[in-house]
Amino acid sequence: MSAALETRGLCKSFGALTVADKIHFHLEPGARHALIGPNGAGKTTFVNMLTGRLSPSSGQILLDGEDITALEQAERVKRGLGRTFQINALFPNVSVVDNVALAVAERRGVAWRMFRPASRYRDVLDESMALIETLGLADDARLTVASLPYGKQRLVEIAIALGLKPRVLLLDEPAAGVPSMESHRILEVLDSLPGEIAILIIEHDMDVVFRFAQRITVLTQGMILAEGTPAEISANTSVREVYLGERHA
Amino acid sequence: MNHTGGYIADPRIRPIEWLPWVAALLCYFVAPTYLPLGSYVLTMILFALSLDLILGYGGIVTLGHSAYFGTGAYVAGIFAARVTGEPLLGLLAGTLAAGLLGLITGLIILRTRGLALLMLTLAITSLCFEVANKATNWTGGADGLGGFTVQPIIGLFKFDMFGKTAYLYCVVILFACWWLVRRLVYSPFGASLTGVRENNQRMHAVGAPVYHRLVIAYTISAALAGLAGALLTQTTQFVGLKVLGFELSGELMVMLILGGVGRIYGAFVGPLVYLVAQDYLAKQFPEYWYFFIGAILVVVVMFARGGILGILDAGIARLRRKSR
Repeated sequence: MSAALETRGLCKSFGALTVADKIHFHLEPGARHALIGPNGAGKTTFVNMLTGRLSPSSGQILLDGEDITALEQAERVKRGLGRTFQINALFPNVSVVDNVALAVAERRGVAWRMFRPASRYRDVLDESMALIETLGLADDARLTVASLPYGKQRLVEIAIALGLKPRVLLLDEPAAGVPSMESHRILEVLDSLPGEIAILIIEHDMDVVFRFAQRITVLTQGMILAEGTPAEISANTSVREVYLGERHA
Repeated sequence: MNHTGGYIADPRIRPIEWLPWVAALLCYFVAPTYLPLGSYVLTMILFALSLDLILGYGGIVTLGHSAYFGTGAYVAGIFAARVTGEPLLGLLAGTLAAGLLGLITGLIILRTRGLALLMLTLAITSLCFEVANKATNWTGGADGLGGFTVQPIIGLFKFDMFGKTAYLYCVVILFACWWLVRRLVYSPFGASLTGVRENNQRMHAVGAPVYHRLVIAYTISAALAGLAGALLTQTTQFVGLKVLGFELSGELMVMLILGGVGRIYGAFVGPLVYLVAQDYLAKQFPEYWYFFIGAILVVVVMFARGGILGILDAGIARLRRKSR
């Protein structure tokens, strides 16, 4: 059985600076997988290559066994690769439901339509509302995103990605910047995501990582340092040295 | 007053939206000596509406929209001079020519963004200007193109010397275009344009072919600008190089910002206020009138980012809060 998402020898350099060095990575279907690493380890570069925002210097990216290395971002989304952003990337002056509906309309292929009013596309609206309700944002549906508190904006970020019905979902620090009071709500949402979606989460918060992930990959200096179950990773001495900051005397 | 479109917006036409049309028809009866100015205002409203579609909704900042206006104007003039003076066919020719130019140039320039895009829009206007300037056989060059006749509309309504027919012609064409633009703004396509304006990157990430969508919006906008240009040619029976000038693009931008960007009706209020003020000030202060226009713009940009309609919106919101 082929991996939901796979990279083969993925490299990226900016001049003399190598930010991704022969990364071989597997994401199994339905996985709950975390990618961790210190600042500057190349996590965001890696995600940007997966989504097509950056093109790799060499190597391959495969989605369900199909080579998507040369495809544009929009094409990868159509094939089931969704993402959220580390810093909110929303449509700020647009209502919450419209934020989600923009994604749903793209997926359903109706976003080209020029004549019938958007509000007559009940299927788009109903699906978007249903998603918003499952994330507990029903009361905020008609408010503009800019007027929401940060924690709720993070949920909208996830809602937009879910509107694409992805088979593989990349979550770039979903709890970043959220006060710990509210981060449990984000964790609840992450736990409730449909099991058939393969999820790769990039996260700094180790509580989130160890609670959510069944597998962990550690990235340092553009290379995979270790991969394993949370227990294996927390027991791994080189990980502790490089990443968790423990030093052997 | 906001027309942001989207999936929860009520697309029905509100009573207040009939106001411009009632006012336009009232003008016809009340101020018959101002009809030529009125026609010009209506033409510029259509032109501003075309800009609002890409600037206000798509977020494309351009200083080169006169390229399409001018192309429409010249093609309509040349069409009348060389093919036929039938006005509706002339409008169609001007619209299609400008739309085609919009498509070709859009395919090139929309690959860029920000300042690079702005520079390219300027370059295209300059190119068009030089072509019109040098192709004197076709365009009359610096002397302009005149001496063509425009036949009665659908063979019935002759253009008269008081500009009555021309005015009503402008009203009807603008009405049709307004209705189309309004449909577009409220459609899923309009919503996705707003998405591009709000966050270009995120639209890519939800799988939207952003570039193609912008090219289509740009083409439609260019076609509408060309229609406005053709309308100017037919109602004034003359085309001068000014229609391709950079000044016109700048003036248009000023008018739209003055009225309010991304609200449909900003494109109505802006040109009306700007051109009527210009007409009045030019009579009162023939030497300094541009100073006042500048002063108005400074005030709007500093204190009312939403333009005149933005001020009105804020005022209404304040009244509502007080009455509660």
